[in-house]
Amino acid sequence: MDAHAAHHAVTAAAPAFSSRPEDIAWFILLLPLIAAAGITLLVRRSNFLAATFSLAATTTAFILSFVLFLTFGLGDATAAATPFAWLHAGDLAVNLGVTVDKLSTLMLLVVTGVSALVQVYSLGYMHGDRSFPRFFVGLSLFTFSMLGIVLADNLVMMFLFWELVGVSSWLLIGFWYEKESAADAAKKAFLTNRLGDFGFLLGIILIWAAAGTVNFAELSQKLGAHPDLLGNLSSVAGLLVFMGAMGKSAQFPLHVWLPDAMEGPTPVSALIHAATMVAAGVYMLCRVFFLYQVDPAWPVALSFLGSISALDIIAALGGFTALLAALMAIQQNDIKRILAYSTLSQLGYMVMAVGCGGPDAAMYHLTTHAGFKALLFLGAGSVIHACHHEQDIWKMGGLRSVMPKTFLTFALGTAALIGLPPLSGFYSKDSVLLAALENGHPVLFGLGVLIAAMTTFYMVRLVLVAFLGTNRSEAAGHAHESPGSMTWPLILLAVPSVALAWLPLGDYLRHHFFSDHAHHAAAVSDEISVGASLSALFGGLNQILFEPFNHAPLPAVMGTGALLIGAWVAVTLYWKAERDPLPKLLGALARGMKNRFYFDELYEAVFIPLHDLVARFADGFDRWVVSGLVVRGVHGSTELLGRTLRILQSGNLQTYTFLFVAGVALVVLLALK
Amino acid sequence: MPALPDLLFYAFAGLTLLFGFLCVANPLTRNPVTSAMFLVLTICSLAGLFVLLNAFFLAAVQVLVYAGAVMVLFLFVIMLLDLKEEERRQLNKVALGAGSVAVAVIAGILIKAVMSAKPAAEQLVEGTTKPLGRILFTQYLLPFEILSLLLLVAMVGVILLSKKELK
Amino acid sequence: MQVGLHHYLVVSALLFSLGLLGVLARRNLLVIYMGLELMLNAANLALVAFSRYNANLNGQVMVFFIITVAAAEVAVGLSLIVALYRKRQSAHVEDLTSLKL
Repeated sequence: MDAHAAHHAVTAAAPAFSSRPEDIAWFILLLPLIAAAGITLLVRRSNFLAATFSLAATTTAFILSFVLFLTFGLGDATAAATPFAWLHAGDLAVNLGVTVDKLSTLMLLVVTGVSALVQVYSLGYMHGDRSFPRFFVGLSLFTFSMLGIVLADNLVMMFLFWELVGVSSWLLIGFWYEKESAADAAKKAFLTNRLGDFGFLLGIILIWAAAGTVNFAELSQKLGAHPDLLGNLSSVAGLLVFMGAMGKSAQFPLHVWLPDAMEGPTPVSALIHAATMVAAGVYMLCRVFFLYQVDPAWPVALSFLGSISALDIIAALGGFTALLAALMAIQQNDIKRILAYSTLSQLGYMVMAVGCGGPDAAMYHLTTHAGFKALLFLGAGSVIHACHHEQDIWKMGGLRSVMPKTFLTFALGTAALIGLPPLSGFYSKDSVLLAALENGHPVLFGLGVLIAAMTTFYMVRLVLVAFLGTNRSEAAGHAHESPGSMTWPLILLAVPSVALAWLPLGDYLRHHFFSDHAHHAAAVSDEISVGASLSALFGGLNQILFEPFNHAPLPAVMGTGALLIGAWVAVTLYWKAERDPLPKLLGALARGMKNRFYFDELYEAVFIPLHDLVARFADGFDRWVVSGLVVRGVHGSTELLGRTLRILQSGNLQTYTFLFVAGVALVVLLALK
Repeated sequence: MPALPDLLFYAFAGLTLLFGFLCVANPLTRNPVTSAMFLVLTICSLAGLFVLLNAFFLAAVQVLVYAGAVMVLFLFVIMLLDLKEEERRQLNKVALGAGSVAVAVIAGILIKAVMSAKPAAEQLVEGTTKPLGRILFTQYLLPFEILSLLLLVAMVGVILLSKKELK
Repeated sequence: MQVGLHHYLVVSALLFSLGLLGVLARRNLLVIYMGLELMLNAANLALVAFSRYNANLNGQVMVFFIITVAAAEVAVGLSLIVALYRKRQSAHVEDLTSLKL
């Protein structure tokens, strides 16, 4: 009997524990969590052990991710590792499951790779910090949360990790919580994100209510079978989900938190606010891209929008954010803030690409951007470290000679960002522009080209002012090259910044998104396989390098032209400049750019009084209605009753007897009735 | 002309109620000894009513136990405590009024209940010693024995309670 | 009018009320106790009358038991009063208000 039952249990459990390659994903996901927990619980006092734990976990995760990428990313298979049931409520069943496909394995590599390098870098950058182990806990926790977003196979699980990412971001921005500005920035980031998350949550609920499932695969299948599944709410659901991305990826009008988040330590800025977390929004949009492929439909109240789809709105917002951020970046003097606005601008680019129906281009740009933007941030960190936490570029200068490694890698990163062929940025930016052009958004295409020119302008300005010329301050004069733990990650990151696009990444992503959609079949070149990619790397390199010019010359030429114009203007203005000439040339516009177009002030003037009003109302409601009327009312009436009844408790025996007799008389009377 | 038993009933009933009233609410004195004495008289006239009901054994027990044992106990305690205070205290008018009202109400309700009941066909029984003893030692043997135990327990309890210091 | 069950019951009810009056109106614990005894006796009278007019000796047995228990109860009650008096130097109900908080 027992043996029989045991046998049954084994056969039942067998599939759950059979080792399938996609179950590696669980290890990848959990390793950073184990590291974070281990450091917190066991080695909180040891700097060395904390760093070792964290780094070992992340590196192992990276290696496993690479294995997973080779197994699934290069093939066609989409696998889902064994899920765990997490929640059953009525019809809603939420599993904790992972999706292993081209998209997630690529993103896994990006996240674990950048995370590992940033952690190595932090060894040097955070050296001597009081809370060194806590920093690594934060990084590990963040890595865990980010991997959760990447691997999630349903919306609810993604939302969970989405919030976890918000929390770890909050922890890390406010890492130096003694600084008031850092604590404020952390709060601002968290609260601004909440706004977006609120929309995201509403979107999830809407989708669940309409489709009855939150699982990506099922949802995609259902939508494929019944495009009108979401009825006239499909576009609204899309926009609500986009709100989540708007918060995390800092799109206008929720962009204000990202520049302030630079108060955190520079490695954090590199990892979270440049390479990975802010990309989560874009990644999420790509993940649920099927949601946007249905025809636009609006509820009656919004019917004036007509045939404008959710994607159009997303694209417009993305383009606007990109333009706005690029303008702001032009007049910033803080090295990290320039990069922050540049990040905003590039995120706008990616969102625009998604909106233009090119999630492959967005992911492409996301991947290359993760590399070179992390490189730029880490380079900036190296500069800041060397200049004793001086962040004003006008107080630097002449760093080229004292920090050759940093300068060289930073310059490579800049070149990649501005899209200098044949560096990686050129190809990904080209694919974004191409997506805009091909899918009938000429205005956005023009905007993209303009932004490309502006990007070049402010990046060249940054390099010219900070690294070339002569040093303009004491700190810059005493600068010296950073230690190896900081320069090696720079060098390692420079490699993908230069050469990532030499791999057939564009085809790879296009294949993921459009393999089963006929209208894009033409764009798919060949079946991608290990062999093909290898042959592409060696034999077809030449072909890949010039592919943009052959395939669609207009965006490539325009992009390069914008680059040249931007660079020419920047060099004219800033070559050996001692002061910024722009305020004189542009006047009020420059002031606006410098002050971020007064968005913070606007929000402060509009939303904070509004918020205070609501808060005061809530406070009054709580104080007078909840606490006063309800709580005190109950307590008061009880006390009044008690006091009244207390009078009866005279302690006099005969009073009791009297009452007793009266009661008996009453009962007898009733009994006789 | 009513029969003799009926006359006797009215006489004893009247006496019972009169003595009872004087026991609890003697308008002349509030001395507890007087009350106790009137209680004895009440019980004796009640015994007379028992005799009229042909419950001879109970009438004897009533006189022996109540008028003998219980009353002696009362008197002992009254003497022991030397209670004179109540005489000096003012009557609580409110309590008296409320008490009287309650009593009147209860009495009214009870009498009304009695009067509204329909009398059953009367079957008379003789409560002499012999049948009572028979039923007591056959049907009610166990309660009877338990009662003896109760008396023992009461005795032990009383002795314990009356000791000055419990060791 | 022939004396019957009703007459005895009315006497019983009145006696009971008198006992109750004693309990309610008097303030000497001993007299209150006497009131209680009166009420018990009123019950006894009712039981005997029932017994008599229903040809059933059970009522009388019950009265017998009541008298016995009353004797025990009086003994215990009086000893309690004595103990109380020792502690408080009073047998007056108005002085016994420790039930009041």
